[in-house]
Amino acid sequence: MVTLQLPGSLRASLEQWAQAGYPDETCGLLIGQRNSAGRTIKRVTQAKNLNLERTRDRYLLDPQHFLAADNAAREHGMEVLGVWHSHPDHPARPSDTDREAAWPEWSYLILAVTRNGVQAIRSWRLNGNQQFDEEVIQS
Amino acid sequence: MSTVVIRIPTPLRSYTQGADEVRVDAVTVGDALAALGTLHDGVLARLLTPSGEPRQFVNFYLGSQNVRALNGLQTPVKDGDVVSIIPAVAGGTDHESQGPQAG
Repeated sequence: MVTLQLPGSLRASLEQWAQAGYPDETCGLLIGQRNSAGRTIKRVTQAKNLNLERTRDRYLLDPQHFLAADNAAREHGMEVLGVWHSHPDHPARPSDTDREAAWPEWSYLILAVTRNGVQAIRSWRLNGNQQFDEEVIQS
Repeated sequence: MSTVVIRIPTPLRSYTQGADEVRVDAVTVGDALAALGTLHDGVLARLLTPSGEPRQFVNFYLGSQNVRALNGLQTPVKDGDVVSIIPAVAGGTDHESQGPQAG
């Protein structure tokens, strides 16, 4: 399995955002660096969800947020390596909706969140058959 | 003709041999994308429909502005402009099923 390095402090930020946003979906970007050994997340962002009609079960990340985050990442020799979002009251597993909108090469990190907090964090990446393979998250 | 930089997002860098930006000569944003497609096979089909319209899941920015709010692919470019390809980022939860089993 492919490895995704996610420092504990960034993981804590994601958990806090997902919990604070509950019961709505929350989303943002994973930014960092990659090499032959794997990929390391060095920065996470929280973005506005532009899907205002279905805030509890859909997200549409603000492209203006993406542009600003991408520009900042490039200035620091980093890149957007993926996306995180929460699944309120659902497992941390990609849905058909996630798969249909997914891009290759990116990590899709999902937080399962309930009113009691974050229950699981898992990360996924598309394979050549347009299906998700799970990545190992290391802190 | 003006020389512009096209910024390539990570999901499309497999088409550009890993390059994160590509420099092209163009008159409009559409020209710039066509030039990118000439240099790098396959990438244009990910960006535009067969009739040449932007695909639903992609945005093009000229500097800080979405070209949809300008003149679309006909928006003129000038020397030093930056065209950013911004993948639409979306998803959500399916209530009927819990999603596909992991591969």
